Amino acid sequence: MTRFLQVVWLVVRKDLRVESRNKEMLVTTLFFAVSCVMVFAFAFVRGGRAVDGAAAGVLWIAVAFAGTLALGRAFERERYQDALRGLLLAPVDRPAIYLGKLSGLLLLLAVVELVVVLMVALMFQAPLFEHPFRMLALLALGTLGFASVGTLFSAMLVRTRSRAVLLPVLLYPVTIPVLIMGVSGTNVLWQPEPDLAMVQLWTSLLLFFDVVFLTLALWTFEPVMTE
Amino acid sequence: MPRPSHLDFDQVVASGVSRSYGRRRALRHVSLCCRGGEIVGLVGPNGAGKSTLLGVLSTLAEPSSGEVRYGKWTARGAGTRLRAQIGFLSHELQLYPELTARENLAFFAGMYGLDKVDARVEAALETAALSDRADDVVEGFSRGMRQRLALERALLHTPRLVLLDEPFTGLDESAVAALMHRLSLLRTDGRIVLVVTHDLDTVDGLLDRALMLRHGRIRELPPTGTLRERYRVEVQEASSKLGGVSA
Amino acid sequence: MTRRLFPVLAGLSLLFFVGAPVLIVRAPYESTMGLVQKIFYFHFAGWMAMFLAIFVLGIASIIFLFRRIRSADQLAVAAAEQAVIFGLIGLITGPLWGVKAWGVWWQWDARLTMAVILELILVAYLLLRQYGGPGSDRLAAGLGIFAMANVPFLYISTEIWRTVHPRTSVVPTLPVDFGLPLWWSVAGFVVICLAMLSARRRLEEQRATLDELYLALEDEA
Repeated sequence: MTRFLQVVWLVVRKDLRVESRNKEMLVTTLFFAVSCVMVFAFAFVRGGRAVDGAAAGVLWIAVAFAGTLALGRAFERERYQDALRGLLLAPVDRPAIYLGKLSGLLLLLAVVELVVVLMVALMFQAPLFEHPFRMLALLALGTLGFASVGTLFSAMLVRTRSRAVLLPVLLYPVTIPVLIMGVSGTNVLWQPEPDLAMVQLWTSLLLFFDVVFLTLALWTFEPVMTE
Repeated sequence: MPRPSHLDFDQVVASGVSRSYGRRRALRHVSLCCRGGEIVGLVGPNGAGKSTLLGVLSTLAEPSSGEVRYGKWTARGAGTRLRAQIGFLSHELQLYPELTARENLAFFAGMYGLDKVDARVEAALETAALSDRADDVVEGFSRGMRQRLALERALLHTPRLVLLDEPFTGLDESAVAALMHRLSLLRTDGRIVLVVTHDLDTVDGLLDRALMLRHGRIRELPPTGTLRERYRVEVQEASSKLGGVSA
Repeated sequence: MTRRLFPVLAGLSLLFFVGAPVLIVRAPYESTMGLVQKIFYFHFAGWMAMFLAIFVLGIASIIFLFRRIRSADQLAVAAAEQAVIFGLIGLITGPLWGVKAWGVWWQWDARLTMAVILELILVAYLLLRQYGGPGSDRLAAGLGIFAMANVPFLYISTEIWRTVHPRTSVVPTLPVDFGLPLWWSVAGFVVICLAMLSARRRLEEQRATLDELYLALEDEA
């Protein structure tokens, strides 16, 4: 078990180190997310006020789009110089490599989401600090659900020729439940008098999704990555 | 979890290995046997399936049919422990350009669960003659420097089976000589070494045996004559069999 | 075995189709919607066949991914195609019913929404197989498993998402007079689905055999 976690940590540390030298992924993903929010803002703000319920949608769409971009970049890096095969050759449990990549990605997305949430709250006057822990739970679980499927699919496609196009084609339909649950939960939470039981329901559903799909990803990573 | 070091073997045997994608077959009933203490060369035209064969031998790819045995183990049976005994120098080198030479080696040392990481990394940097550039990022290295570093990375865990894909590409004369010396040291050490190469003249004299892979089929080249001659003879023979169809 | 299976299934489906119009015409009219409601026999049966196909896809994908049995992969492709077709039946009959019954082509009915998303996943599967290049059979198997696993989540999330807003569609609880034609239709569609599955799988199998023969021919040379 400790060896497993050690491998996860090695991969995360390597990714953080590479990113700290380059900063390309963080900067571009952040910028892209911010642009996303602006574009949607123009679509959904009329006469200085946002369309009802738009804020939650904008938030999660920005997360999904930015996440897909980051996923593409993360595995492009592994593809360069065939590095992913170098990882797969190591005498480690391959799911540990998956978890390492996933963790690195989650850290990146956490930073991006911090900025996006603040931006959305500011521009759409969303009551962000009313129930901060519930908001955090929704965001964390939703991002985890999206990223766990995304990391698997991105790794799967790393040697496929049309991977840039196929990743969104595969990823978005499969993660629509995450979007539904995240947007609905956020919407309910941002009402003037939120129905907390409802929020709880959406959060629990997200947790359930995460457990199922993370397990599935760990289970299928090895056979899917063997050529 | 125990350190992955208890599994060892002294020969690699492929039996009837085929690998196909629909109507395209990369490997056709390839059988070979490589033993410890010998350097085997794998030559052949581009697209013949050499990289695919290395992929199968390194356990990264599974054959469509046939099997590969490492001693008495198969890839499925032995699991992750087997990979601790395989070193693969890929043509793309598998290094992280944003990390320094030292960081690259240390990362892989960690992934391979090696002890005395710092000592090993220093020794590897010495052998690769990169000690003075140890803390420079790999991105700034020349091809030859990266090649030397990648070779050390592949050999860091002292694997029993050493697979090299075009290791002489982009090396200058002294680097070639150093690599040849390194390979013969591996041979003396009883390792199983398989080298894929185009540099027939360079490796001539180094190889104990030469295998030719052509259109997915493997043949052992006869032991006499220079490598280039034998290669040419083989190609001509095969062409005449097909009634003049060129390679 | 499959050679004998297909004619039997095809014969059975013919039987079902012969009997269906009789039963459907004889079925009572539903009180509010009249004749239009009878499209439901196709609509519901289409869904059932689609779910069956997705289930087969998921199981076949698991078997192929972990046991590398080629016929499981062939079955998975067949199942994905069938699921797309029956999904289309459901997605076409749904709005047709909707526009006559409630006046709008699309009002985000939970089931229809879920079906659209499932259809997207299935089309993505077929696109992956088509454009994924070599090795895409294994990748598609992974996607197939995720598709099957997603069904309950899509169902629940679209269902709850729609109960927040007032619903205008209600699947009627069927009195016994509706029961027989409905289950007859479902059984008929299921049998057709199975028949096409076996035929399509056999087609894939023959393609593979043909490829092998080509390769064997090249081996001779």
